[in-house]
Amino acid sequence: MKSNFSSRVVVAGIVFGATMLGGCATHSNSRALYNWGSYQQQVYESLKDGGSSPEEQISALERDMQKAQARGEALPPGYHAHLAMLYGKVGKSDQVRQQLEAEKAQFPESTTFMDFMLSKFKK
Amino acid sequence: MMTFDAIKGVGAALLLAVLATGCATPKAYDYSAFKQSRPKSILVLPPLNRSPDVKATYSMLSQMTHPLAESGYYVVPVALANEAFRENGLNNADEVHGVSAKKLREIFGADAALYVTIQEYGTSFKLISSEVTVAAQGKLVDLKTGQVLWSGSARSSSTENNSSNSGDGLTSILISALINQVANTLSDNAHKYAGITSERLLSAGSNGQILYGPRSPKYGTD
Repeated sequence: MKSNFSSRVVVAGIVFGATMLGGCATHSNSRALYNWGSYQQQVYESLKDGGSSPEEQISALERDMQKAQARGEALPPGYHAHLAMLYGKVGKSDQVRQQLEAEKAQFPESTTFMDFMLSKFKK
Repeated sequence: MMTFDAIKGVGAALLLAVLATGCATPKAYDYSAFKQSRPKSILVLPPLNRSPDVKATYSMLSQMTHPLAESGYYVVPVALANEAFRENGLNNADEVHGVSAKKLREIFGADAALYVTIQEYGTSFKLISSEVTVAAQGKLVDLKTGQVLWSGSARSSSTENNSSNSGDGLTSILISALINQVANTLSDNAHKYAGITSERLLSAGSNGQILYGPRSPKYGTD
């Protein structure tokens, strides 16, 4: 029984040590530029066969967007534009424009493509 | 008049110089084209798939934005770009890779395009164990000049462990830990290795990798 207890202490020590090490490593690496939430997972859902529905993808992205905004963290490139595409699939055209404009405002590098997308929605 | 000894001396000096240069810069990557181009935005094309698994292209495509954006680049939204290609009758990656640089720049306004080929994706069954592997190679091309700015390759596998990881200390230990964790979950295993391969292929920060982009605080330091 006693040896069982001490081995547990050793395991706990290893787990603690590993956690500290992990913590150090994430901090010593440069801090992330963006709050990614589940963005790449939602992109995969939208691309792959048999992925979740656009409604489910939208609600996941809206939820993550609120979390990021509450923390004052930036959303990654493509986030707003991707959300715009999903709004388009469920017929929410006002929100399509809004999100395409948001992408353009956050990332002026996207201007050419966003203007191309906006011109399609003007019709 | 140069004496025979003098010629020998010059020869020896030359040989030394060649050897010394060889030692000092064994494999410093040539970034001259990259540094001249300094792209701000990258269009990621759907990767070509040379594996038997049809899921490979979208699995990789959906996970390449993270390393590029965290390295400091604007990345054109991959699903929207994919949709734009399809609307123009380009239904597979091979067709997309054939589009001219000029046309890509016109529509997407990106400075560079990333062309990736997936060489391995999925599980290979061996005698006593199975191995999940994802391997890919990529090249970054300037869309104004058509010049190749960078190329590289990466691989990840479920049989990796700490000791075989030649690498940069903590990061590789953490990656190994992640890999071991991943190995225990069976569903959609290759997709997770595709994520690790994407990070390895497209993260800035060491020789041979892409350079940091303008949105990174480390821009211009490498």
